[in-house]
Amino acid sequence: MSDAEPPDGADAGSPGTDAGGEFDPVEPDTGEEFEPVDVFPDSGDFDLRPGADSCYKCSTCDTSCPVAEVDDDFPGPKFQGPEQWRLKRTDDDHEVDDSVMDCSNCMRCDNACPSGVPLSQMHNTARGQYVDDRMSTLSVEYWRNRILANYRTSAWFASKAPRVANVAMNFGPARWVMEKAMGITSEREFPAFATETFTEWWARRGGAAASREHAREARERRSEPADADKRVAYFHGCYAEYNTPEVGKALVRVYEHFGYEVVVPDQGCSGTPMFANGMLEDARRHAEVNVPSLSALAEEGCDAIASCTSCSMALRQEYPELFDIEGIDDVAAHTFESVEYLRIHEDLVSEVREAEVGDDLAAEFAYHAPCHARNQGLDRQAVELFRDLEGAAIEDVGESCSGISGTYGWKDEKYETSMAIGEEMFEHMHDADGETGMTECPTCAMQMEHGTGYEVRHPLELLEAALVD
Amino acid sequence: MEFFDEAVPHYRGSHTDRNALVPTHGGTVKPTARYPASVSAGLASEDRDVLLVGFDSLVDFDAPHAAAHLEAAGVPFEVRAVTVRFPGDLRADAEVTRYAKPLDTDGETTVDGRSRPVRGALAERVAAELDGEGRVGFPAILGDDRPHRVRAALEDRLDADVFEVPMGPPSLPGMRLEDALFDALDEAGVSIETGNPVVDYDGDDRIEQVSVEKHGARIPNTADQYVLATGGLVGKGVESDRKRVSEPVFGCHVPHPDDRYDWFDTEAFGDHAFARFGVETDDSLRPLNGRGSAEFENLRAAGSVLGGYDFPAEKSGSGVSIATGYAAGRRAGEAV
Repeated sequence: MSDAEPPDGADAGSPGTDAGGEFDPVEPDTGEEFEPVDVFPDSGDFDLRPGADSCYKCSTCDTSCPVAEVDDDFPGPKFQGPEQWRLKRTDDDHEVDDSVMDCSNCMRCDNACPSGVPLSQMHNTARGQYVDDRMSTLSVEYWRNRILANYRTSAWFASKAPRVANVAMNFGPARWVMEKAMGITSEREFPAFATETFTEWWARRGGAAASREHAREARERRSEPADADKRVAYFHGCYAEYNTPEVGKALVRVYEHFGYEVVVPDQGCSGTPMFANGMLEDARRHAEVNVPSLSALAEEGCDAIASCTSCSMALRQEYPELFDIEGIDDVAAHTFESVEYLRIHEDLVSEVREAEVGDDLAAEFAYHAPCHARNQGLDRQAVELFRDLEGAAIEDVGESCSGISGTYGWKDEKYETSMAIGEEMFEHMHDADGETGMTECPTCAMQMEHGTGYEVRHPLELLEAALVD
Repeated sequence: MEFFDEAVPHYRGSHTDRNALVPTHGGTVKPTARYPASVSAGLASEDRDVLLVGFDSLVDFDAPHAAAHLEAAGVPFEVRAVTVRFPGDLRADAEVTRYAKPLDTDGETTVDGRSRPVRGALAERVAAELDGEGRVGFPAILGDDRPHRVRAALEDRLDADVFEVPMGPPSLPGMRLEDALFDALDEAGVSIETGNPVVDYDGDDRIEQVSVEKHGARIPNTADQYVLATGGLVGKGVESDRKRVSEPVFGCHVPHPDDRYDWFDTEAFGDHAFARFGVETDDSLRPLNGRGSAEFENLRAAGSVLGGYDFPAEKSGSGVSIATGYAAGRRAGEAV
């Protein structure tokens, strides 16, 4: 076994001979004949054994699982992770149980585990294997999942004619056909595509050169050194690019306000929807674009920031857990969520405390912390930041999951589970004083809007309103 | 305890200095100073007769077994047990949260082909078994978000007091307590960050800053005072290898015999040294180095990371945690 203790000469003589005389175990055989044997020869796969061995079956993960709470056919993360992993090890014919597709990949179990078991890594691996081995590439479900997972591709086409797409995608008869033929629920409204994508706006504004100039002016205004090394790479992901460019614009303006030059590197999808659908090869294809691009910048001292908590989650945690690409650990260590990064490097709290908001953002917000923010330790960030902001109020609507989990709630057969999970959040949103929602996650935002009819904003938009003139 | 009672208003027991006797899922009776309101109708010091209700799909609570144990313990009342099917017929081994959720929302469930709210359906099944008992005990699954309402609804329909029998972890009463404590922190305006471990620190006699590890990045955090509450051997606040026992974050001294064969007793329930492993402190709860002085002037310790007590044998876990958490927090606050 690769992780066995090496033979240790110093230890060999002492134990087992204590004066009490009651306990005299045979001396452990740590002798010279010991030869480490690699039980699992090089396969290129990650060794999940230490993780599986760390599980002491306390079941805390199971009580954190939003799916198990509403669907008792779902056996919970403890089964999907360490238990199923062991079954696969001892029985070559063990087929990954199809319930793994009912996991929504919210990753709450990772955070719940007191023993550091990499549950979501096990789920992602098992799901990938299930799709490879057991799902027919000719099935409707496979192609439905693949289309949902590759949202970027559909969004790219739609962005070529956004107005037409917005009408077509929510055209009743078309949705009926999508539901019947593809299993995409007709209960939800497709998000609107922006008439100008984030990167179109960015180019029109003058790209990195313009940003460098804005940042320089800001540093001068803030009496910071003109040559300060303040540069960040914005990973906008698909949603800020095609659907909510206002979030990306807010990020650029807020960062420039603090004297940071923003660059927008080459990028694909972070992979989040692909992991959740077991489409690991699609995710790898995008990772092979993202990792070289971001690691080259990281080497120059330019950290990556994301406005979507699932994008930052993927780059930080899922990438190094699932792929072996050069520079991938550097990317993980140099990626941050956008507000988190400012909290680390700037005195954000004081600036917000002295600021004030007016106009349409002077509101009371019902804030929902996305599951993926929770795992990065960011679930309290927005509430603690904005509770001192004059003109706005913010209330946490509790720790429940929104239930949509990206593409999960778009599947016809998952829609009811998704809404049952979301019910608690909807109720708490109604109980909260405000009638505007707030969250970092684009798909949580869809669910919040769908369940309450509230408009939902991103914390960066409120920061922009508070800090940028 | 006053401080605890203020923070957690749904706990009872503050009216007396004597311990209450709480029946548990194994049928033992546990003496305790504080207990959730949801168990108060079940106290063993009362003499009203009890009906214990188990669910056939919930294997963690065997009502006849618990009833027999309580009788054997000589409780001053009659205990009867019944096992019923939970309305909606959940799978065996479903999570406790799966029972609590529909009770919280009083969701519709299908009983004998008819759809009806779950609280009423459950009360009906139990009412058919009730034989004049004044109180009815359920396993601790009666709601997560709104346990009070769930209990009130059942009491109303059963015309008897309803209580929960606490079960082993993961326990809903424990999760509700955790929620209440976090709510109290939030109300006090405390900033909280969870989910990532502190792995390192800077400083010599005084801790200047600690580093939180997030996916390979080290994020510095500073404070005037620090409290170490990382748990004991199981919680990984105290670690051991073949040679030594240590506290991994700040490297605080953990007293232990040199020979690891002295760390345990040969009897399974014997006097194990390892059960008492943890840091030693001064009167201000500051961990001591091996030479009797404080490791750091601004670090205090609370809970299971402390040495010198064996909480499973003493049943002192919550008491030590509450007392030392309070004392360490107060001392740290006074020093700021």
